[in-house]
Amino acid sequence: MCEYLCATKKRVIALKVLKFKLFITIFLLSIFSVPAVSIAQENNSANQSENLVPNEPKKEDGKFNAKKVILEHISDSHEWHFFSYPSDDGYKSVALPLPCILYSKAVGFSFFMFNHLEEGAIDGYKLNAEHHIERADGAGFYDLSITKNVAAMLISSILLIWLFRTAAKGYGARPNQAPTGMQNLMEVLVSFVRDEAAKPFLGKKTDKYLPYLLTVFFFIWINNMLGLLPGGANVTGNIAVTTTLALFTFILILTGSRKHYWMHILNPPGIPFGVKLILVPVEILGIVTKPFALLIRLFANMTAGHLIVLSFLSMIFIFGQMSPIAGGGISIFSIAFSTFIYLLEMLVCALQAYIFTMLSSVFISEAIAGGHDHEEHAAEEHH
Amino acid sequence: MELLKPELGLIIWTTIILLSLIFILTKFAWKPILKGLNDREKTIAEALNTAEKTKLEMAAMKSQHEALLNEARQERSLILKEAKDMKDAIIGEARDKAKSEGAKMIEEAKREIDNQKMAAIIEVKNAAGNLVLEVSEKILRRELNSKDEQVKYINTLIEQSKLN
Repeated sequence: MCEYLCATKKRVIALKVLKFKLFITIFLLSIFSVPAVSIAQENNSANQSENLVPNEPKKEDGKFNAKKVILEHISDSHEWHFFSYPSDDGYKSVALPLPCILYSKAVGFSFFMFNHLEEGAIDGYKLNAEHHIERADGAGFYDLSITKNVAAMLISSILLIWLFRTAAKGYGARPNQAPTGMQNLMEVLVSFVRDEAAKPFLGKKTDKYLPYLLTVFFFIWINNMLGLLPGGANVTGNIAVTTTLALFTFILILTGSRKHYWMHILNPPGIPFGVKLILVPVEILGIVTKPFALLIRLFANMTAGHLIVLSFLSMIFIFGQMSPIAGGGISIFSIAFSTFIYLLEMLVCALQAYIFTMLSSVFISEAIAGGHDHEEHAAEEHH
Repeated sequence: MELLKPELGLIIWTTIILLSLIFILTKFAWKPILKGLNDREKTIAEALNTAEKTKLEMAAMKSQHEALLNEARQERSLILKEAKDMKDAIIGEARDKAKSEGAKMIEEAKREIDNQKMAAIIEVKNAAGNLVLEVSEKILRRELNSKDEQVKYINTLIEQSKLN
């Protein structure tokens, strides 16, 4: 019972955090929309006055575009961008080019490094104005490149394998003894996932789903944390990644589901026929909305966190362009707030990983429960 | 809205990475870790059980020990009591024996004394008889004239015998 209460409490906290973040996001977006509009207006006026003052548009390139910067930071990319510095011919960026793997019907598979594309078209691929890959003939193609997010996932995977391989060695070296070092650290987390996120819901079936739940928990957590690092990739704030994670859970729900689960959806017992007409479609929708909520929750939480931190930091430059004093003044406020959000995000990183794992096991346990098991479980709860 | 469009390439890569990660971690990390955890939990549970059992055994042994000790104590007091009784008996016996022996000795001494006394008396009687005989003989030998002289003579005789 207490476990259930704790879980609900955590969910309530998570909800509150999410609400708080949404509020700040909306608040910031409303602030930014003002300068954005004014910049747009300036653009217009600049365009209008182009004839009068020909030098003016050049300055436009140097303007700080918060929306562009933030979106570039949180979206996937074919290169790992670190920083840009001003030079004689515009801004130069220091970035690690990543390999592109592209497939189109016309040329089949193409492999090349992204920076080679800047020198000219390869295999009919070229860069467009937004620095995105495009086919010269405008045809569609499949992009299977090792993007920034894929590279970040590979790094975090190697990190995970190294961490847990190190931890696992301790069990072979010192069986049945007190854990030490890395083993000690990881053991606490592993047994936390086992005892808090898996066992209370899955019961006897824990062992079957535990490897998946552990992998997902640590995969999400480490990617959340690495995403917070400056220059880190926003992996778990990418909807493709969260979609895949949710799909994995969805597949486990479907493959593990038993007759009892489907009967509860298609013919809920003890409910009048009239209500069934409304309830059954809702329940059928619920099959999909559960994993969908998983993917949206993780995506929204991580993206919102990045948005807020970046937005606070962007304010310094926006105000700095108005006047250096305003920029300096706002920087105190911005840094204080972004530090606060950063610390909050560190909590959210672990919390979201936990929530995803816990809800996955809750959904799986609902699907695999048989009528008999259910009664047993209820009986256990009463004790 | 670019953010909300999942890219197919990324989905494919995420799937590949996740699947291999699940496979590798399950084989090299989760299985040994979970097995190690379970084994240790079992070992600890067993150790606790054994400790509990040992505790009970110890308690049983202690009570047994205590009983044994009590028995020994009782036996000791019994032995001591017996020894004391025996001592008392021996002493009493010795005393009685000594008493009877003493009494016997006294009796014997008394008898001896009596015997001696009787012997002495007999001797005295004999001596007195001899004396009387001697005196009578002397008297008879002297044929006394007068009565006075007779008395005087008897007295001297008596005095002479006294001097003896």
